Amino acid sequence: MTAAQMPAWVACLVVALALAGAGFALTGALGLIRLKTFYERVHAPTLGATLGMALILASSMLLLSLTEGRLVLRDGLIGLFLTATTPVTLLLLTRAAAHRDRHEGRPGAPPKA
Amino acid sequence: MSAAAILDWGLGLAQAMLVLAMAIAAWRMLRGPRAQDRILGLDTLYLNGMLAIVVHGMRTGSGLYFEAAFIVGMLGFTASVALAKFLMQGEVIQ
Amino acid sequence: MSRVLPHPWLSAALALTWLLLNGPPGPGSLLLALAVGLAVPAVMRALRPRPVRVRAPGALVRLTAVVIVDMVRSNIDVARIILGLRPGGRRTGFVAIPLDLREPFGLALLSIILTATPGTLWVQYDSDTGRLLLHVLDYTDGEAWIRRVKDRYERPLMEIFA
Repeated sequence: MTAAQMPAWVACLVVALALAGAGFALTGALGLIRLKTFYERVHAPTLGATLGMALILASSMLLLSLTEGRLVLRDGLIGLFLTATTPVTLLLLTRAAAHRDRHEGRPGAPPKA
Repeated sequence: MSAAAILDWGLGLAQAMLVLAMAIAAWRMLRGPRAQDRILGLDTLYLNGMLAIVVHGMRTGSGLYFEAAFIVGMLGFTASVALAKFLMQGEVIQ
Repeated sequence: MSRVLPHPWLSAALALTWLLLNGPPGPGSLLLALAVGLAVPAVMRALRPRPVRVRAPGALVRLTAVVIVDMVRSNIDVARIILGLRPGGRRTGFVAIPLDLREPFGLALLSIILTATPGTLWVQYDSDTGRLLLHVLDYTDGEAWIRRVKDRYERPLMEIFA
């Protein structure tokens, strides 16, 4: 099935999924501006890395499966990879920030674990 | 409106939103104020860039963009981890 | 069995990943997937990966469902906080949670769960005392967060990796 033969409601579903995902990713990025402290801001990108990513990949898998006429789950690999790596990045970054803040004795530094 | 037009416009809008997210992340990366904020901005920048590439692949219908998105994701992860490690050991702990 | 397939789960996952990456499964890609699944774990043996033993597959499925629901819910919560759609004041804070979970795979999964639900951020884990320091975006009741992490995530994880 090519894009021209696709029923309009299927195209609407694909677009709705992609737009919802992009909306969550954009909201996450907005959090980088709107939240006041560093530890609050670290929460923001996880919006794009979880639900935003999942919705966009679901939209991509749906479109590809329809145009190729078979189940295509390849994009799910990006999702698996990202789910496994995001905690590592954020964990290391937060620990580095916590260490610096404690070392310099800044207000708002996390308490000792 | 035909299905092809809906896809083209809708996915184009999604792409524009992701590019805006990239711009905001780049602003945070350039602005700081501290090193960890810049790394967080870079992390968000590559994440949204990767999603934008996936959406671009949907729009063009080319499977090649999948590989590109995957490589962007891998390199971004490595870069963020290396930078965070540097933050822990390069500046504070000697 | 153990000589040819030291890590059956790893072999299966690698073969499946190869098939997913390589488009429509034909005889050629099936053969290559089999080769990857057999060869890579044999090479990995030099690293001595610890065997994973899942005791309760049912609990794993239930936990996955709980995490997916929590992920969607907390994504919407955090999006509302960022967009300023939530009336009333908001406080953020650090919560220290005493964990009983010691299994490395369980802790790794817990870190993935807590990252996948925006609003909670893993700051530090001390393996000597078992205390986990979390940063929460919406800190109304610290006790509630401790109970939520322990009841919803830690208990099923301890059941799975008992």
